[in-house]
Amino acid sequence: MRPFPIVITGHVDHGKSTLIGRLLYDTGALQADRLAEMRQSSHDAGKASEFAFVLDAFEEERQRGITIDTSQIYFTSSQRNYVIIDAPGHREFIRNMLTGASYADAAVLMVDAVEGICPQTRRHAKLLAMVGIKEICVLINKLDQTGYDRERYLEVADQVRDLFAEFSGTPFAIIPISALTGENVASRALEGGLSWYFGPCFLEVLDAIDTPPIEERPFRFAVQDVYPHEEGAVLVGKVDSGRLSTGDWVAVWPEGCRARVRGIARYPALDVGAASYGDAVGLFLDVDRVPQRGEIVAGEPAPRSVSDFGATIFWFADSYVSGRRVVVRCATQAVAGVIELLKVYDPAAPDDELDPESLNIGEMARCRIRTEAPLVIDSFAVVPELGRFVIECDGVPAGAGIVA
Amino acid sequence: MDYLDALESKSICVIREAYQKFKGRTGMLWSVGKDSTTLLCLVRKAFFGKIPFPVIHIDTGYKFPEMYEFRDRLAKEWGFEVIVARNEEQLACGMGPDKGAKLDCCTELKTNALKQLIDREGFQAILLGIRRDEHGIRAKERYFSPRDSQFQWDYENQPAELWDQYNSFLNDSEHYRVHPILHFTELDIWRYIRREQLPLVDLYLSRQGHRYRSIGCVPCCSPVHSPAASIDEIIKELQLTTESERAGRAQDKENLYTMQKLRSLGYM
Repeated sequence: MRPFPIVITGHVDHGKSTLIGRLLYDTGALQADRLAEMRQSSHDAGKASEFAFVLDAFEEERQRGITIDTSQIYFTSSQRNYVIIDAPGHREFIRNMLTGASYADAAVLMVDAVEGICPQTRRHAKLLAMVGIKEICVLINKLDQTGYDRERYLEVADQVRDLFAEFSGTPFAIIPISALTGENVASRALEGGLSWYFGPCFLEVLDAIDTPPIEERPFRFAVQDVYPHEEGAVLVGKVDSGRLSTGDWVAVWPEGCRARVRGIARYPALDVGAASYGDAVGLFLDVDRVPQRGEIVAGEPAPRSVSDFGATIFWFADSYVSGRRVVVRCATQAVAGVIELLKVYDPAAPDDELDPESLNIGEMARCRIRTEAPLVIDSFAVVPELGRFVIECDGVPAGAGIVA
Repeated sequence: MDYLDALESKSICVIREAYQKFKGRTGMLWSVGKDSTTLLCLVRKAFFGKIPFPVIHIDTGYKFPEMYEFRDRLAKEWGFEVIVARNEEQLACGMGPDKGAKLDCCTELKTNALKQLIDREGFQAILLGIRRDEHGIRAKERYFSPRDSQFQWDYENQPAELWDQYNSFLNDSEHYRVHPILHFTELDIWRYIRREQLPLVDLYLSRQGHRYRSIGCVPCCSPVHSPAASIDEIIKELQLTTESERAGRAQDKENLYTMQKLRSLGYM
């Protein structure tokens, strides 16, 4: 079984890395030498067992007590396998958080019970919603530091519901925990300070999140490369959505030329007869002109071929000034264009409208993008793979967006 | 889709992307171990039976004799070119695991041997078979990981990598490390080897109650106690073990941050 990918997000110092270390420790999932390494490094840093050090493996991370880069670790519960993705909570490392979140099917949002909702709590919640993560489990952490105050838990839980309402979301669960003591992490805290809570613990909730089903979507295949082959040119790539069978009629966009599928190759087989979502295959097409990288082989309903479209974007690099030339990368397409910013806002302070002429790290914008050549897209809800894109400035990824 | 098929598809896409972007400036490292032999098999699948770029073996001179024998046999059987890279100058000076710190030996005989080769051949992308579950530092790697001219890994400033969009922008004299099997676990590798019936150095299989879980240079690898004499038995054993894979590798143990230092200097 594929491990279920889940990303742990939240404001800096709200306990993300500690939670993961604690979960692994309490379930006996830490390998003996990684446990010894964690104890040794904690001791060297003059600390008691520092669970965060299991994931914060860089010397600099341990010295500064922060997570700089995203990390992944495997974990098996009694129910299923997980890959747990740790994400940094600092605004300056937001691109690493997004990198981690882009691999996840579900998320945990950590909130410190003492501090309540903070700027990165808001930013992360909205980014998770933007990249299409539907199930978000909220952990209200550090209740031990509030004297296990039930009123404080209820107050923060209300703040959380209000935050989710801003993007029409509902948390999958809201659980009071202490990552430090392990209460309500891997097992229910039936005794002690949290005994007023009768719900499931974090691990139980984790196991209850359903794997998102692979939905029936229209067929899409972005051509990655074309290789010569004794059977004719073979178009390689992966099935970005839907399914395909040998003999099917398809169209190659942006031109929309019709073509028939002569074979679907997966070495050593020349024709496996069918392919579905995620399969890396080679296509032999009966077509007048051999398609090139960046063209989209598609079924019905057809995608849109555009050179001007509306989008919501998120920025994770140095400032962007309106009108500067960028490259939009969507599947294997790369097209130059400019962004016309319509409304710029800070997801951590959505009521403040910002200068619409520039975009800074951590900010979002509603915009129109005008490209110099046609771009083949779908709406994000219909085909996520062709409804999302990365924006490059000077060859470096600087922003991410969703087709409106 | 079958889980191993999903892992394979992801890897093949990364391999094809690297070749699409860097063409003749691409090469792959083959340590002759199980991971890079799996990578070699995936490369062969990605290009429909051909291996379109050179396969590089960094030879420290301290590898197991079985590894040299296996290297030459598989290259002949599958028909690919192997470039053997050795830091001859340091070997002539007697560099070895007993001379000073392990960090220095790895740096000279592995990292610098690779550096000399990249300088000589002008590679811009080097494919490697590292995995996230091997080590806390490797868990933070990207699929496409830039290295500067000094081979430094700027790990505090890694590029964003999302939605299969990989960084490929090169400044002068930079190169990319490409990691197509980053998402495989040790168990996945063994299950894949079993399914594909891949040939393997038999040091991994138990002889007289011992086997190697990870192989490299003779002086720096210790075998583990294990009766697992077949791939099925290895898979069973790994499902139960609490020891990590690199527990037998000396360079991970010398100092807590040796791996980080090695990798920031350009180690594989």
